[in-house]
Amino acid sequence: MKVEALQGLLSARVLCGKADGEFEGVYIGDLLSRAMSRVEAGCAWVTIMANINVVAVANLTEPALIILAEDVTMQADVLAAAEENGITVMTSPMSAYEICCAISKMAGE
Amino acid sequence: MSDVVKFRFDVDGSDFSSAGAASVTVKKKLRQLGYSPDVIRRVSIAMYEGEINMVIHANGGIAEVEASDDKIVIVLADKGPGIPDVELAMQAGYSTAKDHIRNLGFGAGMGLPNMIKYTDDLRIDTVVGEGTTITMTVLI
Ligand SMILES: Nc1ncnc2c1ncn2[C@@H]1O[C@H](COP(=O)(O)OP(=O)(O)O)[C@@H](O)[C@H]1O
Ligand SMILES: [Mg+2]
Repeated sequence: MKVEALQGLLSARVLCGKADGEFEGVYIGDLLSRAMSRVEAGCAWVTIMANINVVAVANLTEPALIILAEDVTMQADVLAAAEENGITVMTSPMSAYEICCAISKMAGE
Repeated sequence: MSDVVKFRFDVDGSDFSSAGAASVTVKKKLRQLGYSPDVIRRVSIAMYEGEINMVIHANGGIAEVEASDDKIVIVLADKGPGIPDVELAMQAGYSTAKDHIRNLGFGAGMGLPNMIKYTDDLRIDTVVGEGTTITMTVLI
């Protein structure tokens, strides 16, 4: 599925990286040990956790993008680290549930 | 790959923001060395959990990794408080992490269970008041 199409559906804003890739599958969660073992390479990771440790987990698990729910943003230093590591991050006003409903609908189309 | 490639890192126990840096570096090196994505994923998960544990529970330590053509061995040694009840610590969901640590996303109590799940061998040498050394092996 196209990240760019998703961005529109979620009214999301790209905080860093590029929205021109593709993603496959979703993981929702904020606990890093859980995310560490469950985020698959190339998926969309939906979370409200936005600290620097999220960047380390994303570096190790390589999701296609991180979607921050509920308008959560990242501090400048965290974004800089994400940018440096080529991680795409976007933020959406929608809740994690709404985001996943939108992705599910998109997958069915 | 007939040589053994070794890496060594000082893991800073006072800086949560750099937690995981050693694991990220090892991952990049293993990729350069040509290990399979599955092996790299298993090493990454296990080492990250061990590295985080040294930071949040033991005030840092030393991480050493030896990569050869049949296995990758990760040794994490700290001079922290030790683990009084290893069997209890291994239980999924068990954590002594304080609230300010949990707020950072740590403390799910899944670290040791993940380390067992993703490695072929895990050894815990721990002495209360002296420290903990965790040795993990991932077979290629
Ligand atoms: N290196 C260590 N030094 C001291 N205690 C540790 C260490 N690693 C783990 N522990 C203990 O084992 C418990 C379980 O560890 P783990 O499964 O990684 O969960 P978590 O780190 O989320 O608490 C920890 O809460 C802590 O009490
Ligand atoms: Mg842990």
